[in-house]
Amino acid sequence: MSIRHALLALLSEGPKYGLQLREEFEARTGEVWPLNVGQVYTTLQRLERDGLVESGDAEPTGPQKGFQITEAGERELAEWLRTPPDLSSPPRDELVMKVLVAVRLPGTDVHEVIQVHRRYLVELMQQWTRIKEDEGDFDLGLALGVDAELFRLDAVIRWLDAADGRLKRAVAEPPRRAPASLPRLRRRIGVRP
Amino acid sequence: MSMLELRGVSKVYGQGATEVHALRGVDLSVDPGAMVAVMGPSGSGKSTLLTIAGSLEGPTSGEVLIGGAKLSAMSRNARARLRRRTVGYVFQDFNLLPGLTAAENVALPLELDGVSARKARATGLQALENLGLGERASRFPDQLSGGERQRVAIARAVVGERHLMLADEPSGALDSANAEAVMRLLHDACKNGGVAAVVVTHDAQLASWADRVVFLRDGHVVDQTSPLPGPESLLARGQNQ
Repeated sequence: MSIRHALLALLSEGPKYGLQLREEFEARTGEVWPLNVGQVYTTLQRLERDGLVESGDAEPTGPQKGFQITEAGERELAEWLRTPPDLSSPPRDELVMKVLVAVRLPGTDVHEVIQVHRRYLVELMQQWTRIKEDEGDFDLGLALGVDAELFRLDAVIRWLDAADGRLKRAVAEPPRRAPASLPRLRRRIGVRP
Repeated sequence: MSMLELRGVSKVYGQGATEVHALRGVDLSVDPGAMVAVMGPSGSGKSTLLTIAGSLEGPTSGEVLIGGAKLSAMSRNARARLRRRTVGYVFQDFNLLPGLTAAENVALPLELDGVSARKARATGLQALENLGLGERASRFPDQLSGGERQRVAIARAVVGERHLMLADEPSGALDSANAEAVMRLLHDACKNGGVAAVVVTHDAQLASWADRVVFLRDGHVVDQTSPLPGPESLLARGQNQ
């Protein structure tokens, strides 16, 4: 998550000081993404340098330096909200690489490798579900954050299940010869021919 | 003592060339108050495990114990009585009787077991109220939403003194919000009602409500999750990143 834009979002509600921003960030994200105070002040300095926030008199007044969003900061925030993150290039996923290596490594049971990862992911999901069960009813930010983690982990498990099934079928019916157009696609997703 | 115990349970269908080994030496133990999810691909033996655990069919070899009692040592009538009194079933397609109201559906297993209609109705209504469906008690299944129908089915599964709940893809026909609500209810029935539950599902999000997840493949239990650490471990992991 972009801390820069999260801080702009919090400042769009009104002037705040650094520690307050850290506390509110953690509270709104259900403490799923802890933030250290050094990250907050470094980011605020950069935002000030870029003219997106300005320091000055803050409410509540106190010994700490307060920050407020500028008009340019509000425009930046609105643009960021509507800019889709770049998901067009497949990431070099470590788990995918491990399964691809296991397929080719002599003496390795790829199904056993897949199961090791499946179990670990389900255990993670159990922990997230416990958090949602205990506190999700009281904290909307937490429930949304935990749902995002659960759906992300679930997608990885679904891929493992699909890979497991595909590998099993491939033993019974070896894949057909690839058409000439495939090498470029293979390079793109990092698969050796 | 375990509420449900499977000891070396195997199940073979057919003979000779058509022989199919649905389960191979499965051991499984579920304590009162615990929820165990069984995950595995199609054909891994999940549904067979559930029907054998609920004594709807017998194993080819091995032993099933419910509440410490060996099913193989019971007469057919005693097993039928055990099914009626102790075991509740929840299915993907609800299996409610369409001509009966929600309250009548929930009260039916009690009435079949000889409880008076009046007492059964009162107990059924209480079970519906516990699941937030008191106001829907006089509706027929086709007047209820999918989520409500499954909640009625859960009420029917836990009504009376049922201590073992067996659920086959209980939220397979529901959207994600209703699926989560159903899993929450099943989990509450275990934690607050002391029910032991076995939930068969291919959905990891639903399985993650369970205390333990057992992985089945080609009739074998190949793996299971470890006991859960506290939630602090996830937050600590985030802090280290």
